[in-house]
Amino acid sequence: MSFISYLINGISLGSVYAIIALGYTMVYGIAKMLNFAHGDVIMIGAYVVMAAMTGMGLHPAVAIILAAVFCTVLGIVIESVAYRPLLNAASSLAVLITAIGVSYLLQNIALLVFGANTISFPKALSLPAISLADGALTITGEAIVTIVSCIVIMVVLNVFIHESKAGQAMLAVSEDKGAAQLMGINVNGTIALTFAIGSALAAFAGVLLCSAYPTLTPYTGAMPGIKAFVAAVFGGIGSIPGALIGGLLLGIIEIFGKAYISSQMADAIVFGVLILILLVKPTGILGKNIQEKV
Amino acid sequence: MRLKKAVSVTLMAVMSLSLLAGCGSEGQQGSKEGGSDGAVFKIGGIGPATGSAAVYGEAVKNGAELAVKEINEAGGINGVQIEFNYQDDENDAEKAVNAYNTLKDWDMQMLLGTVTSGPCVAVGEVAQEDNMFMLTPSGTAVECVKYDNAFRVCFSDPMQGLESAKYIGENHLATKVAAIYDSSDVYSTGIYQAFAEEAENQNLEIVAAEAFTGESKSDFSVQLQKAKDAGAELVFLPFYYSEASLVLKQAAGMSYSPIFFGCDGMDGILAVEGFDANLANDLIFLSPFTPTSDDEMIQKFVGDFESAYGGTPNQFAADAYDGIYAIKAALEEANATPDMSASDICEAMKTAMTAIEIDGVTAKGLKWEASGEPSKEPMVVKIADGNYAVVE
Amino acid sequence: MINMKKINKTTRSNLTTYAMILVMFLVMQTLVSTGNVSSLLQGLLVPLCAYIILAVSLNLTVGILGELSLGHAGFMCVGAFSSAFFSKCMADVIPVAGVRYFFALCIGAAAAGLCGVLVGIPVLRLKGDYLAIVTLAFGEIIKNVMNILFIGKDSAGFHFSTKDSRSLGLLEDGEVIINGPQGITGTPKDSTFLIGVILIFVTLFIVLNLIHSRSGRAIMSIRDNRIAAESVGINITKYKLMAFSISAALAGVAGVTYAHNLANLTAQPKNFGYNMSIMILVFVVLGGIGNIRGSVIAAVILTLLPELLRGLSDYRMLIYAVVLIAMMLFNWSPKAIEWREKHMARFKRNNKKEA
Repeated sequence: MSFISYLINGISLGSVYAIIALGYTMVYGIAKMLNFAHGDVIMIGAYVVMAAMTGMGLHPAVAIILAAVFCTVLGIVIESVAYRPLLNAASSLAVLITAIGVSYLLQNIALLVFGANTISFPKALSLPAISLADGALTITGEAIVTIVSCIVIMVVLNVFIHESKAGQAMLAVSEDKGAAQLMGINVNGTIALTFAIGSALAAFAGVLLCSAYPTLTPYTGAMPGIKAFVAAVFGGIGSIPGALIGGLLLGIIEIFGKAYISSQMADAIVFGVLILILLVKPTGILGKNIQEKV
Repeated sequence: MRLKKAVSVTLMAVMSLSLLAGCGSEGQQGSKEGGSDGAVFKIGGIGPATGSAAVYGEAVKNGAELAVKEINEAGGINGVQIEFNYQDDENDAEKAVNAYNTLKDWDMQMLLGTVTSGPCVAVGEVAQEDNMFMLTPSGTAVECVKYDNAFRVCFSDPMQGLESAKYIGENHLATKVAAIYDSSDVYSTGIYQAFAEEAENQNLEIVAAEAFTGESKSDFSVQLQKAKDAGAELVFLPFYYSEASLVLKQAAGMSYSPIFFGCDGMDGILAVEGFDANLANDLIFLSPFTPTSDDEMIQKFVGDFESAYGGTPNQFAADAYDGIYAIKAALEEANATPDMSASDICEAMKTAMTAIEIDGVTAKGLKWEASGEPSKEPMVVKIADGNYAVVE
Repeated sequence: MINMKKINKTTRSNLTTYAMILVMFLVMQTLVSTGNVSSLLQGLLVPLCAYIILAVSLNLTVGILGELSLGHAGFMCVGAFSSAFFSKCMADVIPVAGVRYFFALCIGAAAAGLCGVLVGIPVLRLKGDYLAIVTLAFGEIIKNVMNILFIGKDSAGFHFSTKDSRSLGLLEDGEVIINGPQGITGTPKDSTFLIGVILIFVTLFIVLNLIHSRSGRAIMSIRDNRIAAESVGINITKYKLMAFSISAALAGVAGVTYAHNLANLTAQPKNFGYNMSIMILVFVVLGGIGNIRGSVIAAVILTLLPELLRGLSDYRMLIYAVVLIAMMLFNWSPKAIEWREKHMARFKRNNKKEA
């Protein structure tokens, strides 16, 4: 029975990673940059929801929409001020470092505005827990919401990218920026749109993360951010289903590693498995194997 | 390309120079204040102000500043005012040494710090070389007070682990015990190791010893599930309240309700914004301080703290508050004057610290041994109806 | 007098780098001996040396080999712990600090270099971000392992455990040397500014000579075009591994310097986690990828910056982040480069007119 309980916990944790990984993977696919500040946008989103709910007394749904709007604007601002000037820089590392700078900046703004105190995140989603097998197995409401919203977001995003015109433009930009421009696609606009969607997703990820693990500090986003980055690479960075698979696998490995091998070694186990998988599949589970042209 | 080089070299030169100049001008300032007027005692403080441990550093800073303000308003130490300067160490040993050196440039005469154990050991070594008096409000590791110039206000790690196991054993709270601890943290493992050692003597069976790390401290479901499966009647939680609030919430989510037992880091859990206090009901922990005590002094401290900084003070703030008063008492005992050098003050304080006895908010009749350890008994606090209550 | 014009360009550039370090050293040393240096700067001298070595060594991987590594702090950690372990054990056996430090240095560099080889063999066939993530994973594994490692010594020899110090089963005379997350306490403080500067020179000598050697050209040809390099018969694996392990060993040297400067050595996210690896990468990128002198300057600026901003108290790290972003934009943005060149051109023209 505890096996199933571990599995559910693993899937629930994995779903959170998967949603965060989505933000990484989308931005990477189109702008070819690792947005290290993504985890911190999540944290900002969670703070906005918290402030809207407890400070202004708004309904959770309204608060979440407000946070999504806020994060979208934030994402666009970050992109245009800090990233866009560097997208054509001589090395792709330049924008990575700037992203790290943005990450520090967001953390310290949150520290100044909200203080260092741990905040117990308000219940934004309330669903009763399901108790099975006479209480031996409990699935929390948060876990159910997390898993369901993860699947819904994945499906919607996939449909959006493959069916809508803007989504097609994103695909084109990710394939070949120059050619896309020649076809009359607004490349900068498309990249900005990607950041906007990625940041709006970050707001949702923030709510789900903090509902499942309800503590909020200015550093809440950092570690899940890195783990989600790992998950995105795990699944094959740039691939949306890859983010889902990578996230879920990472969550399950983390929980099972803690449960069946050693809780002291949990981090080492997760990263060890990651190394093994990448050695066998060097571009991640669903990553495309790009043939090198001579 | 040239301009960039010019800019970077200029930047570097300006920075190095300002470091030197900073020293020069501050040195002059210091001599003015310390020399001709001899006006103030300069107390330095070190602790995290940024990074994930910032919340504890902030509490110490506020507690100390409150005490300094009170003392200054009441006429200072032997009529001499105190100046307090708090520097950020980001909870990192190297940064803590930098902070210490910054304070030295400011002509610090004694140190209240550092807040966390790891940096405290590193700073302790440097302070010993300089013969600088240091009193750590919350550095619990054994090595923090290794040298004779170092004292602490809080309990040590082994003492907490030992007392916890003793209390559980003597009051027959449980026989099957699980422990969850932070295996990447000095404080948490220090207590856990002492606890495990004493548990054997008390005939407690540790059925599960599960760890988490600073990198994965959001999900405790596995650790709790293992404790539950092992049939633990009591779960020992030797870590801070931020993580503990999550543990309690997740335990409630999986309808597991053993006795939860913590240590002094647990104090402050009821002040976590938005935390459902009912989850913490029946939580027991050892603490030197309860904000709800009827004691007049504590009431005044809590009231003043709340009006100055908002929010209830926790034991970090209380330890720092007592720390400043201990320094005051020792300075008075030693008849120290602000024109004395840091080393002279330290020599005088070494003996003065063992001679003083203060009534603080963390203990009545607080005294120190030459080893640097305070002689005070931990209180057993049990949370009932969303409030701290001392168990007699 | 040697005619500077006659020396070829690379040699001149190398000499400038050495001269810069030498001047910095002499200036600092004079100031220290005349007592004109603040305690802060004096305390920062050894860490500065460690960070310069780290930045230069990572530049070998990132700039010359052209591979992104996010696990440099892991190698530093290996060097730090292995050497501190040695120094603590040998503190009584070898009383002369210099000799002990020399051996510690060899051990730290060898251990980190060995790790570089072990990690490099399987991993270097990955590319780009995948290599980055694997090195990041390696760094985190090292940190995790250091946190659960307990080693004690008594008359019966060494004892190991991954549980707690109690399960070491030490005898009465035993001493715990590595105590899990509490790490190693009481490492002799053997690092000095002079040793640090000598190590910087050694590092620069190794790296600069490697770059301008036959092997260095082979390594750079792999960076520029792997397939072309392979087709002219360059052994890709050998040269990649060479650059990677030398870089790792030098990071180990920096770790030794770091460990012997602080009284206690713990593996925390702050000092050996991915944050530190990223920080070293920031030095390299800000200083210019492949530009060794730039790494040195960037390491100095970025280490001093947060200390100088202490006066801003609460706003310190906020301003630091803003300055970092601004410096990146100034150094790397194509528009900023264009602007700089335009102004530089005008500046030159004005100079000519005046002359």
